[in-house]
Amino acid sequence: MSKKIIELNNVTKRYNDVTAVDNINLYIRENEFITLLGPSGCGKTTTLRMIGGFEEPDEGDILFDGVRINDVPPYKRNINTVFQRYALFTHLNVYENIAFGLRIKKVPKDEMDRRIKRMLKLVELEGFETRHVDSLSGGQQQRVAIARALVNEPKVLLLDEPLGALDLKLRKEMQIELMNMQKNVGITFIYVTHDQEEALTMSDTVVVMNKGIIQQVGTPVDIYNEPENRFVADFIGESNIIEGIMHEDYLVEFSGRKFKCLDKGFQQNEPVDVVIRPEDIDITEPDKGLIQGVVTSVVFKGVHYEMMVEGGGFEYMIQSTDMQPVGVNVGLTFEPEDIHVMKRGS
Amino acid sequence: MVKFLKRFYLSLIFIFLYAPILVLIIYSFNESKSRGHWGGFTLKWYGELFRDRDIIKALYYTFLVALLSSIISTVIGTFSAIGIHNMGHFGKKLALNINYLPVLNPDIVTGIALMTLFISLRMQLGFLTMLLSHIMFNIPYVILSVLPKLKQMNKHTTEAALDLGATPSYAFRKVVIPEIMPGVITGALIAFTLSIDDFVISFFNTGPGVTNLSIHVFSMARKGVKPSINALTTLMLLTVVILLLLINKRTTKGDELIP
Amino acid sequence: MKNRAKFLAYPYLVWMAIFIVIPLFLVLFYSLTKGNIHDPSSLSFSLESYARVFEVNYLKVIWKSFKLAFISTLFCFVLGYPVALIISTVKAKYKSILLMFFLVPIWMNFLLRTYAWMSILSPNGFINRLLSFLGLPTLSIMPGQTAVVLGMIYNFLPFMVLPIYTVLSKIDRSVIEAAMDLGANKIRTFFNVIFPLTVPGIISGITMVFMPAVSTFVISRLLGGNKELLIGNLIEQQFTVQRDWHFGSALSIILMIMILISMAVMSKFESDNDNGGAPTW
Ligand SMILES: Nc1ncnc2c1ncn2[C@@H]1O[C@H](COP(=O)(O)OP(=O)(O)OP(=O)(O)O)[C@@H](O)[C@H]1O
Ligand SMILES: [Mg+2]
Repeated sequence: MSKKIIELNNVTKRYNDVTAVDNINLYIRENEFITLLGPSGCGKTTTLRMIGGFEEPDEGDILFDGVRINDVPPYKRNINTVFQRYALFTHLNVYENIAFGLRIKKVPKDEMDRRIKRMLKLVELEGFETRHVDSLSGGQQQRVAIARALVNEPKVLLLDEPLGALDLKLRKEMQIELMNMQKNVGITFIYVTHDQEEALTMSDTVVVMNKGIIQQVGTPVDIYNEPENRFVADFIGESNIIEGIMHEDYLVEFSGRKFKCLDKGFQQNEPVDVVIRPEDIDITEPDKGLIQGVVTSVVFKGVHYEMMVEGGGFEYMIQSTDMQPVGVNVGLTFEPEDIHVMKRGS
Repeated sequence: MVKFLKRFYLSLIFIFLYAPILVLIIYSFNESKSRGHWGGFTLKWYGELFRDRDIIKALYYTFLVALLSSIISTVIGTFSAIGIHNMGHFGKKLALNINYLPVLNPDIVTGIALMTLFISLRMQLGFLTMLLSHIMFNIPYVILSVLPKLKQMNKHTTEAALDLGATPSYAFRKVVIPEIMPGVITGALIAFTLSIDDFVISFFNTGPGVTNLSIHVFSMARKGVKPSINALTTLMLLTVVILLLLINKRTTKGDELIP
Repeated sequence: MKNRAKFLAYPYLVWMAIFIVIPLFLVLFYSLTKGNIHDPSSLSFSLESYARVFEVNYLKVIWKSFKLAFISTLFCFVLGYPVALIISTVKAKYKSILLMFFLVPIWMNFLLRTYAWMSILSPNGFINRLLSFLGLPTLSIMPGQTAVVLGMIYNFLPFMVLPIYTVLSKIDRSVIEAAMDLGANKIRTFFNVIFPLTVPGIISGITMVFMPAVSTFVISRLLGGNKELLIGNLIEQQFTVQRDWHFGSALSIILMIMILISMAVMSKFESDNDNGGAPTW
């Protein structure tokens, strides 16, 4: 595995009486695409700004390549940022915006030209050199902001909800473009979003945050399939989270009966939360189901139907292409590997 | 270090701005008429100020003209702004450019131009001409502060009101006026302050017996020392500070104080 | 509705014609004629007044007016820009109070402010009393050009600070952070980003200081005595003492033209700066 390029050790940041980031520990490896994910106000931007050098942590250390950089000003860090609202220089044209960092580093004219050309090609803005940035569309401005940061060939690129202002279609396109760019240029991306779908599609590693605390770090698949607590399970995709009791390893009870599962390492009869993803539940005849219930609502969601089934003392959400009308008695089935048991958290 | 330099510099500038006024305030309590030495504390200059019929008269005219001219120009300016807002492209541009002339022209040119007009019309220079000249230079500022509000206003709000059965005059009173009110108030305040502070235009367009504060101070200052001016300055400063504090309390946003 | 509303402007159009347009044409008319102003039949076309403007004495006065106004504007800019910058960086709660105290002097009567300055600078004014009290030689700057320039700076400094401050306070913080992010240190950030973005504020500040400074007759009269005549004093005298409207009007027209030229140069400068081309590195 490649080496750690950035480390956050016990980092805390407070604003007056708000603790924006609460004692977090995190490392980021070289060439990784890592995403900070969490609801609004959970401290994502604050974390990013501390890495970028715009805020100093109140406690803890930030290391870059093993060196403490807590008080290194932004202009001395080999890190660049794509800002949430672009922050382009309105008094300069597209070319000069991208050239800004290179001019400061006194890059020779011909090399500068070459690098800017390449960037414009990468972000598909060839021919836009002399355009005024005010005259660009949102997506184009976004790409100028990315080019302006990337052209400096930073070791780490910070992106704070860079696609937040774009419409859905453009957003999807830019997601793919960004992923490709990251593969092509081989730079570490630290990406901030509150869109869980975006986080899961784009990243190598996802960091889920809530109230300034890291809830879980893992690959998108881990995060989705094995959420560590109720918050993560709830925030990532839609879930049925049922209260249950872990009788012994591989045996859990909920909805009034015992199920086989793949989880172990809990205390005997420990109260737990059980997660079953809506798409993992199948509908069968009532007598063939593990749980019996009655359909209480049906909504067509484009690709599948989303049905609520009341049974076993819980209202289960089910996503399926097999539609059953409201009022029908059905049975629900799922496999042991679809059951995910979590510690009962706060 | 940088913080210290900043504070130091700002203090110097504030000393520069306030030192002259503070010196006057000290003089205003000085028993001795000469600026030279301290003759002991006194309030007699304040007494003299209030007994000075000329100053009281000048103050009276200053406020009367400011009040009348700001009210009249706010009314004319607001209606004219609505009219101009609804004019065609070309007419609007022309009207706005002419309206802008008194703002751009040096006061002295506006002042003498009006004076030549009044004299050519065989009008006796005096209270009326001064009032007219104040109305004339106030209106453009009212229009310039009302127009942006009209532009911000959603075109369809009036239409919506009419659609809901309002008569045009009802829609005007209940929809248009409330929407542009902040601009109207700003305009009225600007007009009032400009009028109170005006010297140049009043100087050329007033006649015997009618002066305002500025003109009076100008003629006194030319003649030399008069300690009652010091007392007047002190009172003015006090009034301005109190007014600003009141406004500041109301708005709490300092930026809005910018005239 | 729309078409009827425009009639509301018509009375004002007439008003503007009478009180704005005709007076200016009258000034133009008198500048191009000679004769007795009270006897229209005696007036005849003449460029005499303009010829007089170009006499050496008067050219000197015009030159001096522009020189002093230029110096004052320069000082206001140099002194005022840092003030605007500092106020824009202080904490929000101090900001409004600082701004307020900056505004108090301009809300005071202009004449009183100038009078205050007089009592500080005059031969037996505060400064000289202080100097002689300390056993130092006294200054004789008033009446004189220095006193006039000081008076202009004193009176007009806030008009430079306010527009610059307004523009500064509207700059998006993240633009400044972006510059630092791209490797610009604070000084670089200032010269390559903040300063260019404040050019519109600077332009309006310069206009708001230069215009009243170049056309003043109060400051020069009170602080310059009878020695330091400026173009404003010349114009004033033609209308109040000399009763030579023709010459006074010609001077006014020349003043207007020169101000127009200055403003055109300024706005050209502004649009050059704004073409999005390479910055001055
Ligand atoms: N400059 C500041 N002063 C005071 N409080 C702040 C400041 N910046 C952030 N906060 C607070 O810190 C907390 C975390 O803010 P942060 O901007 O990091 O959230 P975020 O996760 O980026 O949210 P969003 O998704 O809405 O951008 C919030 O409660 C916020 O109000
Ligand atoms: Mg954020």
